[in-house]
Amino acid sequence: MASTEEIRSDLAEIVNEIAGIPVEDVQLDKSFTDDLDVDSLSMVEVVVAAEEKFDVKIPDDEVKNLKTVGDAVAFIERGLNG
Amino acid sequence: MTGITASSGSTHAGVLGIGSYRPRRVVPNSEIIEQIDSSDEWIQTRSGIKERRWASDDETVLMMSVEAAKDALKESGIDPAQIGCVVVSTVTHLYQTPAIATQIAVAVGAPTAAAFDVSAACAGFCYGIALASDMVRGGSAKYVLAIGVERLSDLTDRNDRGTAFIFADGAGAAVVGPADEPGIGPVVWGSDGTQHAVISQKESWQEAAGSQNWPNLTMEGNPVFRWASYEMAKTAQQALDVAGVPAEELDLFVPHQANMRITDAMRRALKLPEHVKVARDIERQGNTSAASIPLAITAMREAGEAKSGDLALIIGFGAGLVYAAQVIRLP
Repeated sequence: MASTEEIRSDLAEIVNEIAGIPVEDVQLDKSFTDDLDVDSLSMVEVVVAAEEKFDVKIPDDEVKNLKTVGDAVAFIERGLNG
Repeated sequence: MTGITASSGSTHAGVLGIGSYRPRRVVPNSEIIEQIDSSDEWIQTRSGIKERRWASDDETVLMMSVEAAKDALKESGIDPAQIGCVVVSTVTHLYQTPAIATQIAVAVGAPTAAAFDVSAACAGFCYGIALASDMVRGGSAKYVLAIGVERLSDLTDRNDRGTAFIFADGAGAAVVGPADEPGIGPVVWGSDGTQHAVISQKESWQEAAGSQNWPNLTMEGNPVFRWASYEMAKTAQQALDVAGVPAEELDLFVPHQANMRITDAMRRALKLPEHVKVARDIERQGNTSAASIPLAITAMREAGEAKSGDLALIIGFGAGLVYAAQVIRLP
């Protein structure tokens, strides 16, 4: 079972690759749009990459609820462990 | 019993000529931003668009089509009277009937050709090429004129932050006819009507009839971006596979010019080799729906990026949702 920190770390790699954000900035309390400057289209790319990486489904309707890195990590955890 | 004689066409079909028409008026982002409370930088970051062309009153769907068709016919060397069918893809010919194709046929010198319009939105050009190829090979027409034309500025809500900066106007045309070798690969096409609402006219003409406003186009950006960037990359790959053309042999990638971010995401997903030149006409032309692929091809030729004999992967995708992709050899 992947730990919260492992998921955050893998997600940080994805955000870094797509949006060029330093991995150390991608912390649980950070907002994708306000703190990390990930725009809505990059967010779609992050979501698709995360779906592949973690083998979970993140529906379009759900994406708008993933405001912080912590929201996304929690959603992925639920998908993996639920 | 008397049998029916079957039609017979050419073994192979190819694109014999391509032409395009760009409206005269250049509309920079600075003309758009005030009404949508945006900035040049925001538009460029979200779409890659620096400027677009919007048609003036005299640059009608008919006029732009005819100009594009003349160029395509000239390059093909075909006498217009030999055109057996005119297929026009458009969503901005504002008559339910008759089709604009019949007037175009008359204007280009093919007055008795079969003629009809196709409603396949941004996939329209690739749908037209697929139909044309099959007509030539099936024997229902020896030469086909396939046109993609739009005046999307007529249906654009200038106050809509999501679409006002995207849509634009123009026309493109191709002459398809018999060829010694296959010049058009098998089409990979389809639709997904469950997503009919993600890009759509906001209301029917009947609903709009009583109001001062035209029935503008509306689009849900994120679902469209996701579908176009990832699902369409798979379709594009299938078109390469069924044509038997490995990416290493490809010269050009010319996706519908919807958004530079979609083009970039598709290019990454397809893992195209560095040498494959990628169409980026959207920067100067905006999204012209059915016209964008031939407009992009002619721009690449003018820039010296594309030449006769090049293998191009073309893919159109849009409202419906509908999509079509094939590999073509440039005339």
